[in-house]
Amino acid sequence: MKRLIFLVPVVLFAALIAVFAHGLTQDPSRIPSVMIDRPLPTFELAGLDGKPGFASSDVAGEPHLLNLFASWCAACPQEHPMLFQIAASGVPVFGIDWKDDPAAAAKWLAQLGNPYRRIAADPTARTGIDLGVTGVPETFVVDKHGRIRYKQTGPITAADWSGTLQPMLAKLRSEA
Amino acid sequence: MAAEIGHFALILALVLALFQATVPLYGAARGDLALMAAGRAAATLQAGFIVTAFAALAFAFVRLDFSLAVVAANTHSTQPLVYRFAGVWGNHEGSMLLWVLILGLFGAGVAWYGDNLRASFQARVLAVQGMIGAAFLAFLLFTSNPFARLSPVPADGAELNPLLQDPGLVIHPPLLYLGYVGFSVAFAFAAAALIEGRVDAAWARWVRPWVLAAWVCLTCGITLGSVWAYYTLGWGGWWFWDPVENASLMPWLLGTALLHSALVLERRGALIGWTILLAILTFSLSLIGTFLVRSGILTSVHSFAVDPKRGVFILAIIVGATGGALALFAARAPAMQSGALFGRVSRETGLVLNNLFLLALTSVVFLGTFYPVIMEAFSTDKISVGPPYYALTFAPLAVPLLVLVVFGPMLMWKRDSVSGVVRRLRAPLVTTGVALAAGLALAGGKVAAAGGLALAVWLVMGAAAILVRRWSGSDTLRKVRTTPMSVYGLALAHAGLGVLVAGVTAVTVWQTSKILVMQPGQTIAIGPAHLRLNGMREALGPNYVTLIASFTLDRQGLRPLTSERRFYPASRTQTTQAGIASFLAGNSYVAVGELQGTGIVVRAYDHPLVGWIWAGAVMMAAGGMASLADRRFRVGAARPAAARLAVA
Repeated sequence: MKRLIFLVPVVLFAALIAVFAHGLTQDPSRIPSVMIDRPLPTFELAGLDGKPGFASSDVAGEPHLLNLFASWCAACPQEHPMLFQIAASGVPVFGIDWKDDPAAAAKWLAQLGNPYRRIAADPTARTGIDLGVTGVPETFVVDKHGRIRYKQTGPITAADWSGTLQPMLAKLRSEA
Repeated sequence: MAAEIGHFALILALVLALFQATVPLYGAARGDLALMAAGRAAATLQAGFIVTAFAALAFAFVRLDFSLAVVAANTHSTQPLVYRFAGVWGNHEGSMLLWVLILGLFGAGVAWYGDNLRASFQARVLAVQGMIGAAFLAFLLFTSNPFARLSPVPADGAELNPLLQDPGLVIHPPLLYLGYVGFSVAFAFAAAALIEGRVDAAWARWVRPWVLAAWVCLTCGITLGSVWAYYTLGWGGWWFWDPVENASLMPWLLGTALLHSALVLERRGALIGWTILLAILTFSLSLIGTFLVRSGILTSVHSFAVDPKRGVFILAIIVGATGGALALFAARAPAMQSGALFGRVSRETGLVLNNLFLLALTSVVFLGTFYPVIMEAFSTDKISVGPPYYALTFAPLAVPLLVLVVFGPMLMWKRDSVSGVVRRLRAPLVTTGVALAAGLALAGGKVAAAGGLALAVWLVMGAAAILVRRWSGSDTLRKVRTTPMSVYGLALAHAGLGVLVAGVTAVTVWQTSKILVMQPGQTIAIGPAHLRLNGMREALGPNYVTLIASFTLDRQGLRPLTSERRFYPASRTQTTQAGIASFLAGNSYVAVGELQGTGIVVRAYDHPLVGWIWAGAVMMAAGGMASLADRRFRVGAARPAAARLAVA
């Protein structure tokens, strides 16, 4: 009986290791957004360069992507070609220029091209806060009822698109 | 070229570590003195090669050799020299090399200064250290090679995280690692004792200086980290219950327990199995701390490196070290009997209670830290555990422990009586009672504040009582002269705890803050001070641009105070440098935010007695150092006959 007490530490330790090993299989960068399955927060934002912006009510009706970017963001140019490819495939991409100087953003878009159907400027990050944005780039998948279905943190890679976003959008389109 | 020398030196160190892990063990089993001595040579050589590797990496950092991946990822050519050098351990690969360097130096230390150890025992200690060294060298070489080259060579590197470009980085990690890795010596001693199947009072005397040294370093390291967070994170918090802070607090708590239980083993030959278990667990928690930071299993502000492959490797090391040692413990410890008995009221009992409370505190921190991981194993929720949990669990366990701290040193070994100890503690009891009553009357219903301050008085008076009791009666001068350093250490460390409690209480209960937009020329009142904003100007640092707001603080006379908002263009990062004026009664703390119109966002705080927290911690570390300087660790004084305690 007394010997068994000395076994307690090693048994507890084994249980702990099992939990740690499980923890290692999880992706630490995955932080689920509280916005999933919630309607888009209402906003009405002006556009860049005097062009019209858009409001949250303008974008419902069709599944689409809502992409947040900024001219000062280092990862955004990396994502840019992917956005062109997505737009070419027929998925509307709406852009929100986050915490940015509108003139700098216009120049940036003139240089890299504009894949967005519409662009809204959010210089004060007010809408970004409502959306729970932690940084740019970030992309939301919004269904035709205007509900957020998925949040991508960081640039969309080819693998993200073909593995996650494209199948999800295809499913949303087929939903009645 | 230097990088190749460093890389090759690491490979040789690994080979030597493997040799050290096996040959002395075989030699000890066979009773072959030559093979046992080979372990000492291997430990020395291994340390030499690791020093070479570390020097090579430091050279590459200082010389800005961007062909090395770690240099390119952590050094920008504009970075000041001292941060280029400290950058060596400001990243994953380099910090692991520092870990291995300290491990190697400790191994060499056991080889050189362990002459008074039994040859077979020393050989086994070195073998266990060789195993740990081999595991970490393999980890370094196979998953985190600091000498990996880049091709093509980039023109310039990425900047070291600006938060880390601070004098704190230069000494905080090395001190912390000295603590973590120092406990590896205690672990090796425990494992070797289990392999040999014998533990005695001499064992405790050998291991205690190592534990003390590690504990002192860890105490300093944690204190420094707390100060650093206080002035860089910009709102004056001194402890955040962040997973990585907890990872250093857990080995500290258990290390404190080990320090005290080793005392019982040394003086009375009791608590053998328990002390061995604590030695194993303390180092295991150091390993888990490393695992935590390096695997990304928990999200934390400290996780600069995240890589699951590394996590698996470190987990394997933990399974091997802790699992192996605990299995050995289960097999061997039951046979290690202790003959020493002690009464229900005795110093031994006091120290057992100390250990139980420290263990409970460690468990509370452990649960709080790992609860998110454990929950995630059973559900899909991501949760985090915050300060309310610790306020609810840590404080109720810490308070009784702090009350008990004063009783411990006043109790007699073997057997004592309650009335006896109360009689000896009459002075502290009376003063604490008076302080409590005065506090309750003055604090206006703030019971926690009065209680906390009374506790501080209790601890300081209790520590003073130790010396008073020793010196009282006739011939005081001779008694003062002959008081061992360890007694001074004990009194200093316990008094430091009291000073720390006073600081924590005051800053928790009475701190005040203001956040507002200030215009130049405006004056606000904050705590006992008045703060006037003189103006803002921009300036250029070596690798940043900065907005400096200058203030005049009116507190015990006028003095200038500045707070900065720095922008590092190379990494596009913003940091805040708080302006802090320290007084005995507390700190005035100001941090600036963004410009707003003609004004600027200002956060001003009054932190009463906050400096006492760190002063108390420094006193504790100084107490540990004084104890370390005690004669009995240097002279082979009155060594009790090494009774064979094992009945194999």
